[in-house]
Amino acid sequence: MRKVTLEINGKKVEKEVQDNTLLSTFLRDYLNLTGTHIGCDTSQCGACVVHVNGNSLKSCTALAADIDGSKVTTIEGLATNGKMHPMQEAFKKLHGLQCGFCTPGMVMSAVDLLQKNKKPSDTEIRDWLEGNICRCTGYQNIVAAVKEAATKM
Amino acid sequence: MASLVGSRVERKEDKRFLTGKGRYTSDINLANQTYAIFVRSPHARAQIKKLDISKAQKSSGVVSILTGSEIAEDKIGGLIAGWAIRSEDGTEMKCPANPPLAKDIVNFVGDPVAVVIAESLEEAKVAAEKVSVDYKVLKAVTSTADAMDGDTIHEGIDKNLCFDWLLGDRQKVKEAFEKADKVISIDIINNRLIPNAMEPRACLADYNSASEEITLYTTSQNPHLSRLIMSAFGNVSPEHKLRVVAPDVGGGFGSKINVYNEDIVCSWAAKKINRAIKWVAERSESFLTDIHGRDHVTHAELAVTNDGKFLGFKNETIANLGAYARVFGTVTPTYLFGPCATGVYEIPAAYSNVKAVFTNTAPVDAYRGAGRPEATYTIERLVEKASMELGIDKTELRMKNFPTAFPFKQTLVHTVDSGDYVAGMEKAKQMADYNGYEARRKDSESRGKLRGIGVSSYFEACGIAPSAAVMSLGCGVGLWESAEVRFNPTGQVTVYTGSHSHGQSHQTTFAQIAADELGVPIENIDIVHGDTDKGTFGMGTYGSRSLTVGGIAIVNACKKIVEKGKRVTAKMLEASPEDVEFKDGEFIVAKSNKKKTIGEIAFACYLPGVRDEMKSPLPEGEEPGLKETAFFDPSNFSFPAGTHIAEVEIDPETGEVKLEKYTACDDFGRIINPMIVEGQVHGGLAQGIGQALYENAEYDETGQLMTGSYMDYTMPRADNFPEFNIGYTCTHATTNPLGVKGCGEAGAIAAPPTVMNAVIDALGGQEITMPATAEKVWKACKNLKKSNSKAA
Repeated sequence: MRKVTLEINGKKVEKEVQDNTLLSTFLRDYLNLTGTHIGCDTSQCGACVVHVNGNSLKSCTALAADIDGSKVTTIEGLATNGKMHPMQEAFKKLHGLQCGFCTPGMVMSAVDLLQKNKKPSDTEIRDWLEGNICRCTGYQNIVAAVKEAATKM
Repeated sequence: MASLVGSRVERKEDKRFLTGKGRYTSDINLANQTYAIFVRSPHARAQIKKLDISKAQKSSGVVSILTGSEIAEDKIGGLIAGWAIRSEDGTEMKCPANPPLAKDIVNFVGDPVAVVIAESLEEAKVAAEKVSVDYKVLKAVTSTADAMDGDTIHEGIDKNLCFDWLLGDRQKVKEAFEKADKVISIDIINNRLIPNAMEPRACLADYNSASEEITLYTTSQNPHLSRLIMSAFGNVSPEHKLRVVAPDVGGGFGSKINVYNEDIVCSWAAKKINRAIKWVAERSESFLTDIHGRDHVTHAELAVTNDGKFLGFKNETIANLGAYARVFGTVTPTYLFGPCATGVYEIPAAYSNVKAVFTNTAPVDAYRGAGRPEATYTIERLVEKASMELGIDKTELRMKNFPTAFPFKQTLVHTVDSGDYVAGMEKAKQMADYNGYEARRKDSESRGKLRGIGVSSYFEACGIAPSAAVMSLGCGVGLWESAEVRFNPTGQVTVYTGSHSHGQSHQTTFAQIAADELGVPIENIDIVHGDTDKGTFGMGTYGSRSLTVGGIAIVNACKKIVEKGKRVTAKMLEASPEDVEFKDGEFIVAKSNKKKTIGEIAFACYLPGVRDEMKSPLPEGEEPGLKETAFFDPSNFSFPAGTHIAEVEIDPETGEVKLEKYTACDDFGRIINPMIVEGQVHGGLAQGIGQALYENAEYDETGQLMTGSYMDYTMPRADNFPEFNIGYTCTHATTNPLGVKGCGEAGAIAAPPTVMNAVIDALGGQEITMPATAEKVWKACKNLKKSNSKAA
């Protein structure tokens, strides 16, 4: 067990964790931030993507203890003062989600893409999202939503 | 008031999913809950010689360990097949018992033998490792084609044959083939798939010892049906003491229709230990134990004349059921497959013969499309081959055999009420620039690439419901749907539906329908589903039935509300009910032009005493309140149809197949929300293209699943697809008042043959099996080079 201090969605959090506690488990089970989803056990699906110090990360690939001192943003922390982030708005407007399970990871990953590439092409969007699996949408409306968000961010 | 039906209304469910406020089963935790881990067979077929839990019981944090012996002692029932199928010789199908925990014998890798319940997940995992099972490993049967020649898996089921089923007339077909100029024949494999909903299955069972009630939160597409099965067949609890809640469910695609071993075991065990038990599948467990889909081996023949008229059709299929027959396991390769195998064509004589076999693999059941993708693949590969052998353009040959009039009495079972297949074909050709293909092919050729174009036309029977029909075909229950529409006294509406949304957008589509019917703003309408304590018993969501059956039940319940509203208005405004009209939320007496809003009527129905004159507004004999229920049982299935066209480009040096263009032109009848329908088409296409190019579930000869993770099973990614070109034609369904047809499965049904026809076209007609991986295609390209150089 060790103590970690993190800034999660703008709030300071101090918790005792086991050395092997995954960040995804920490968020879901210790902080009840269940918006971060777990869809696989091989770090393939991307449903658990969050931002750590501003960069997207599959939270099942990091130990909570290893990122002590970091700033973490989860899907719950993306909206500001109850107003959805332009990426969230775009997913809603263009039907970029169906069952909603992959959505948090997909949105967090897409936000990071636009941080790094303000006007990505279709191909660049599709390549970037290669690490996020969606079984419902066939990706077309997700790509459209990311393009839409790019015009608003 | 503008009609919402037909509008691109943004989804009411989205905000909670987009902000992390969804509530999936694994998000729910109860005070003092325990955690379950299942001990599963590592062998495909083995006898359990000894199961020793003594060491595991001493492990830290263990609350209880339960095995197949206890479940048998408590007379907990097993998992069941929902449809009885009869063999050609008149005998009933033969199905093995499927206990929730195996006691004597295991039949596939992942078959559970014990459950370990502990205070924490970690402790449950550690203890599960300490359960010692002594297995006598037996030779496994894994091949679909050879299953009938393997060892007998289930005692008393000879040749591992569940049934040998025939639909159609062999003699008539024989005569038709005798008249043929040519017989086109094909041997195809419909590859085994794993549904892979992104949310792994999970359940959380709670028991209240005072009220003796079990509450089961579970990832189900049909909570009411799950409760019925667990009560009537599982003997877990009387139905009124079992509440099943399927909250937000992260995709199903058929894989969450079944009641699974874990649902039964956790519910039963929660009562035994008097504590809540939570179980969440790891993805590897999903791969091993969720139902799989498809897995057919087919030989089919088409008798044709030289000028391209179809005379007869034969379909000989072996369908793999896996280790056990589950809810839709036996109907999927029979009534959902056989009738549709003659496709969109007038074929005077046809039969489908299906031998369903047991193997030591995960159970195979309904996966998006269920039987209809297999049927469409069979006929559309055959027709494409016929076009090549007859030298007739693939679109012309199809149109030549389309029905000319509707209703279209299809050869084997269905009478298709409406459609216009020629219009669909012509629009698809135009959308895909079919006539400009040759220029694109030459362009590819100039770059050293092979280009192919593939077409497929499909129809499918969905909106699975008509009770008289399905029960005559062996279904254990009628498949109608229910709805309840409740007004609050202050005018908002709650609609309860027996169907279930796990991505399909019921909260929006159904609210659009109710808003139009009742003239109430959509924001004042809530759709409630997924909880057996809320709303009437209903059948759930599968077979593209939610709108065509469940949606119509809502329409009918709304109509009853309006009828009552007219009677109350008449009393209040001193008119006769026949003189009251209802439009845009207002009841109007035509003669006097006096009005009441539906909100005023709701208020009056609930609070008849709160009026100035203190006189009840309710007609004599009218009950207070404004709430109506309807059950809808349609007269027929719904029959969406369409034509899809794909173009691929192959790099002969690497074998890589690039899907360049994909055009879908579908007829779904009237469309309620075009945005949502597009999403359904996209998703279905992705799964169908996935089957054709990427996905394959593979077992080795010992029954080990070789594709048991996302590292090994290729899930389609964003960069695998071009932008789909989607369009529609529209003929209204005549069997429901909205004129709607199902749209959820079409993409998965039409895409596999469309894409494979394109790949095979590019390869000069060489047959290859799905998925068309780079390795297979590269080998075919080498053959092509060889035959080209020989020809030169």
